[in-house]
Amino acid sequence: MAKQITRGKGNGTGAKQRVPGERLAKVQGSALWTSIFRPGSIFRKGYTDSPRNRSYVIMNSVLFHLHPVKVKRHAVKVSYTLCLGGLSFFLFIHLTVTGIFLMFFYRPTAAQAWNDISSLQTSVTFGLLVRNMHRWAAHLMVLSVFLHMARVFYHGAYKPPREFNWVIGIILLTLTLLLSFTGYLLPWDQLALWAVTVGTNMMGYTPVFGSQVRFVLLGGAEIGTDTLLRWYVLHVLMFPFFIVIFMAIHFWRVRKDGGISGPL
Amino acid sequence: MTEIPEHLLQRAKERRARLSGQGGGASTGDPGATESQASADDGEKIPAHLLQRSAEAGGQGAAAAASVATAAPATAAPATAAPVAAPGPAAVGPAGHTQRLLTVVKAGSIQDVKATPSDKVHVWPHLLVVEFVAALSMTAFLLVFSMFVNAPLLGLANPNLTPNPSKAPWYFLGLQELLTMFHPMVAGVTIPGMGLIALGAAGYIDKNPSQKPEDRKFAVTILTVFLMFWATLVIIGSFFRGEGFNFIMPWEQGVHDIFDF
Repeated sequence: MAKQITRGKGNGTGAKQRVPGERLAKVQGSALWTSIFRPGSIFRKGYTDSPRNRSYVIMNSVLFHLHPVKVKRHAVKVSYTLCLGGLSFFLFIHLTVTGIFLMFFYRPTAAQAWNDISSLQTSVTFGLLVRNMHRWAAHLMVLSVFLHMARVFYHGAYKPPREFNWVIGIILLTLTLLLSFTGYLLPWDQLALWAVTVGTNMMGYTPVFGSQVRFVLLGGAEIGTDTLLRWYVLHVLMFPFFIVIFMAIHFWRVRKDGGISGPL
Repeated sequence: MTEIPEHLLQRAKERRARLSGQGGGASTGDPGATESQASADDGEKIPAHLLQRSAEAGGQGAAAAASVATAAPATAAPATAAPVAAPGPAAVGPAGHTQRLLTVVKAGSIQDVKATPSDKVHVWPHLLVVEFVAALSMTAFLLVFSMFVNAPLLGLANPNLTPNPSKAPWYFLGLQELLTMFHPMVAGVTIPGMGLIALGAAGYIDKNPSQKPEDRKFAVTILTVFLMFWATLVIIGSFFRGEGFNFIMPWEQGVHDIFDF
């Protein structure tokens, strides 16, 4: 394989000719390159499309080995899953990346939050665009998680042996809503303040210890700068931490329970 | 008892015939006689000399009148005489065999194949390509949408200025709608709490094992009604609620703030 590439067609001219891909082949043959890409990687020298290499691509990649090497044929059909679970996960990654960007320009205090968002939009390169993407991806994630739940229900995939994973899924839906809701307050504008006021007033009606729940959530009797800090920590650290753990269990259980549910 | 496959019986028969042919030819030189003897043996499952030996051993205990008639010519003496009487046939089989087929263990009883073949495809490239395209399309959509539609940023939060109406985020607007009909504890805590618990317990409540929509009309109907009910409440809350959370038509106040959520 390598010889074919470096020697070209072998037409016997003898002189050193530049053949397209020669340098790439040299780089791919280097010790550094082969130490980075494990056997079976599509970036390795001499990758060929064989059943063995197709398996290696999955097994030897930290990212892809979430998947099994093979799946049922119907599971690949877009019309079956509509990609909703995968898109929810992808949107989560998207939100993490854009969220990290936003954190560089944001201070969670009542005196600074709104100004930070405002100047992010006007004086930070791509600040407005990234903020927009974060916002719309968040709404899309709520929607896609919700639709994923509906899809799974309509396919009867919540039934044994997947009944526990369905419970994990409901927890993930709740965490998604909580992540979205805690993020809602952070711009500290009129929309944020009053939407959260309506929401937390409802939680204050929890039986027996309603006022305590509200006090803990707000960090005081009214929404203020303490609430902002509290919800910021929940939004960027605590809920992401929990949702990642539950996502790991969710994906792991999908495989342990025999892959996605069978065709109808 | 496992029955012996036909081809093994056939092979044993041929082997026996050949051996008896050799042995018979050497000793008596009369192939016809051995042939008839072999064919006479065929019908019997148990060789004659073994039957004889067991009869001798049995004769010792059960000295019934009927058995005496058969045993009498073979053994006048008690069973101790039997080994002396038949040393030849015990060491070698009926037709010179040194081995005997005791039983046949069929493959199925020791190699139980549980895995049924299924139609599977490699994740790379079949699934990963689909996922990659889906992720790419989603990114493209988000990028283009975000270039044209800005996320809302209203005026600085002011606790002394309550906007009218004050609305929760859209996914909680169903609950806010319920708030207009029920006590806050029922609308804000009891109904959503019970709903989430009921939803989570679906896998334990629903005992119907079928996945086919035609077998589970009740479950499908329940969820569809629930989803439609919820979607209707969210739409009403988003577009049909004006000042004082009163019912209005969406065009009465314009749609300039349609993306303010």
